[in-house]
Amino acid sequence: MNRVELQAMAETERNRQKAFQCRFLCCVGTPCLSAGGGVVQEALKQAIAVQGLDATVEVVGAGCMGPCSRGPLVRVLPAGGEEAIYEHMTPEKAGALVEAFAGPGCSSFPEESRISSDSPFFGKQVKIVLSGSGRVDPDRLESCVAEGAYTALAHALREMTPEEVCQEVVRSGLRGRGGAGYPTGVKWNLMRKAQGERKIVVANGDEGDPGAYMDRTLMESDPHRVLEGMALAAYAVGADQGYVYVRGEYPLAAQRIQRAIQAAERQGLLGNRILESRFNFRVDVRMGAGAFVCGEETALMASIMGRRGQPVPRPPYPAQRGLWGLPTLINNVETFGNIAPIIQHGGEWYAGYGTEKSRGTKVFALAGKVSWTGLIEVPLGITLREIVFDIGGGIPGGRSFKAAQTGGPSGGCIPAAHLDTPMDYESLQELGSIMGSGGLIVMDDRSCMPDVAKFFMEFCMDESCGKCAPCRGGTVQMVRLLQRITDGGAAPEDLEQLKELCLLLKETSLCGLGQTAPNPVLSTLRHFREEYDAHIREGRCPAGVCDLSGNSME
Amino acid sequence: MAAVTLTLNNELISAREGQTLLEVIRDHGVDLPTLCHLDGLSERGACRLCMVEVEGTSRLLAACVTPVQEGMNIRTDSDRLLRYRKMLVELLLAERSHVCSVCTMNGKCELQALAVRLGIDHVRYEALHPALPVDASHGRFVLDHNRCILCGRCLRACDEVEGAHTLDVMGRGVRSRIIVDFNQPWGSSFTCTGCGKCVQVCPTGAMVARENIAGRVEKRPDFLLRILDGRQKRVWRW
Amino acid sequence: MPGVKDQKIRLATVWLSGCSGCHMSFLDMDEHLLELQKLVHLVFSPLADHKCFPEGVDVVLVEGAVANTEHLALAQTLRRRSRVVVALGDCAVTGNVPALRNRLDSEGLLQAVYADGERLPGLDPRREVPQLLSSVLPLHRVIPVDVFLPGCPPAPRSIQAAVGALIQGESFVLPESMRRFG
Repeated sequence: MNRVELQAMAETERNRQKAFQCRFLCCVGTPCLSAGGGVVQEALKQAIAVQGLDATVEVVGAGCMGPCSRGPLVRVLPAGGEEAIYEHMTPEKAGALVEAFAGPGCSSFPEESRISSDSPFFGKQVKIVLSGSGRVDPDRLESCVAEGAYTALAHALREMTPEEVCQEVVRSGLRGRGGAGYPTGVKWNLMRKAQGERKIVVANGDEGDPGAYMDRTLMESDPHRVLEGMALAAYAVGADQGYVYVRGEYPLAAQRIQRAIQAAERQGLLGNRILESRFNFRVDVRMGAGAFVCGEETALMASIMGRRGQPVPRPPYPAQRGLWGLPTLINNVETFGNIAPIIQHGGEWYAGYGTEKSRGTKVFALAGKVSWTGLIEVPLGITLREIVFDIGGGIPGGRSFKAAQTGGPSGGCIPAAHLDTPMDYESLQELGSIMGSGGLIVMDDRSCMPDVAKFFMEFCMDESCGKCAPCRGGTVQMVRLLQRITDGGAAPEDLEQLKELCLLLKETSLCGLGQTAPNPVLSTLRHFREEYDAHIREGRCPAGVCDLSGNSME
Repeated sequence: MAAVTLTLNNELISAREGQTLLEVIRDHGVDLPTLCHLDGLSERGACRLCMVEVEGTSRLLAACVTPVQEGMNIRTDSDRLLRYRKMLVELLLAERSHVCSVCTMNGKCELQALAVRLGIDHVRYEALHPALPVDASHGRFVLDHNRCILCGRCLRACDEVEGAHTLDVMGRGVRSRIIVDFNQPWGSSFTCTGCGKCVQVCPTGAMVARENIAGRVEKRPDFLLRILDGRQKRVWRW
Repeated sequence: MPGVKDQKIRLATVWLSGCSGCHMSFLDMDEHLLELQKLVHLVFSPLADHKCFPEGVDVVLVEGAVANTEHLALAQTLRRRSRVVVALGDCAVTGNVPALRNRLDSEGLLQAVYADGERLPGLDPRREVPQLLSSVLPLHRVIPVDVFLPGCPPAPRSIQAAVGALIQGESFVLPESMRRFG
């Protein structure tokens, strides 16, 4: 396929879609499917068949629409009418929905299950990475192409040199979305200049933070967006092989990516002589086997090469010596999701969003005690207050906001006093947390912070690979100390020991897992020290969560 | 090879380009403890005992895997480093059942000696006492997981020097364990050549030959270099 | 002698869960015991016949790990009544051999020894012996300890050095040459 044929494919598909009187887009992301989205889709198809509307109404799968806890979600696109999303759909309601939008009469569908596109949930969101999610059918290449997939690649291959692609990414100010926030363009330029017989591009989809599912959603909802980003990266740095490393617990994402690769290869959008250029790029999927540490780039590479997923000391960095000794570029899935829009609209356009040092948008998985949980994409620099209260609709049940955890087990909590902090890399770091990959867990006044710290520390203990001594032994001891604190058996010295271990892990661990594992403890100690003291000195849990009658000695 | 100059504990010294910090530090007679490092094996960077302070970086660097650079200013003996080393060894002592009084390597154990050197007179952390087995199925060697510190010397000696790769690690975190082949009794392994290198390089009583028991024969971890010098450099040291 | 104020230091030794080897090592000070005897009153010890741990002890040497409720109570009492507490030997310092049972279930142990065993028929361990703690602990996990003398047993000269310093009212940290586990 060449560029003209790509445009033709897009045109044909757009015309096909316009011909329908109404289109029903059923979310086929994991949250909606697990809430019964599959049956809803079947029921809608049946209702259309029963009402004889096959020719004028279409029911298709689409990716994530955002408010995941309200699934199954169905987006309705009436020709000429106003689009809307319907929540908590059931097979029983399918007939009525079809009737309301495509039926001959003027019956209407209950308003209370309608989420209009001007809902506050969407108000402050800006969809760049997720622009296609919830609109394209992830299993149909044509549907993605109609929304612009591979246009940026076609443009770059024809009009831009690899240097120019790198420069555009530099100009965008994009920083790694996996958590550390290293400038993507700088990384690409280093990689472009690296010497190697061949080079490799890897998309890190080993998203492991509890409560986070940004990468899964993108892979499930718009796989071609990720693949196009990878292909642009490969062109920019001179790679001809790519791997998408998908977390073992994400079979659906792996399947969608795999199908997308096949479809793209069949059309000459991946593989050899892409879009009839001289650029070759093959992509393969590699599945993880259930280890959080494989999100760390050296462990990830070991896993791809079929070895035990354990980190190795850097240097050498992957860009110097990566997979099988070849220079390897590793970026997060979401980072790749930003590339096509940047190439399409220009780095400057992208840099127009966000703050001075944190450009663009970030996808967050908003979870916990907020009225609207789900997947959101917001410009960086938005305040936590806007996310929690405007987008998230505040804390349910009349409770009060206590803290939000960002960055999962490697991050920290942000207390109510800092609700107006802008969400950018530097501000979060100043507060003792990190941007992380985008997990955002909101806690209300019923959360006990030492208990929260214990939860994350147990997670790190379970996920420590066991290679370096501080992380292996230190996480266990920290869990034991936190256990003593939360069951009332702790002495004031235990807290000192806990703090000392925090520093040991932070400063001596081999990889990021151990180095950041103490963060939840350090940040709860920083913002909620009085809760630790209440447990240890007064034998009291202010949030009423911990049972302090337990004596750890007996 | 080009020479580089650097500062080690306030003393100006020179080194060869391409050396690791650990090599340089030891060449200059500074005592920097290690457990996972062994001359002749690849570096694992796992015990973290050789962490040093290098001026200009806020991070501590593991000397065994850090290449020397012109103008570095290194400290090996700050209070912070001494404190961390002590903590690391205490964590190792708490992790398994290191009951020196009933260990075959009592008095000849690197971990025991290191604890003494670092001034450890008790362990502040909770002893975990995991229920781990002893594999005595091999005719000549015994693998006692209760004494293992997971330094990985045995598996590197087996893989890199003997070329058998009989040994590896299973499980993760504190549940990590050295395994033989596919986690089977050592005596039933068909990849083990019985060379005993793993035993010779083990710093503790985790791997012992039956003749080591009761201290009749001592381990010789330095023999690896004899083999490797002969094999790679044709230099024979007897 | 009660009521009589003299310059002698009040020394106690305690035997918790251990083999008494540390006490043997203490006795191995040989002739130095005679010098020591001039400086101290031995106010509580398995080597003497005292029933209760007394008040106002200057230095107490504690051998053995904390394995049952009786040990725990005694440890807490001796801490309250003593100025300097010394963990004497590996059992008190690390748990050592007694702590090897920590990987086993203590109920199962009682069953094996008292119910299935042949020599103690009819003895109910729940009523007639102190209750086992769920795990054997080193002394410093139960009470604050001032001085640690590891070793199995600690050498007589280490004990001598420690006691010598402590009865002079000096602080004591075991020098490297005397330090060892096992």
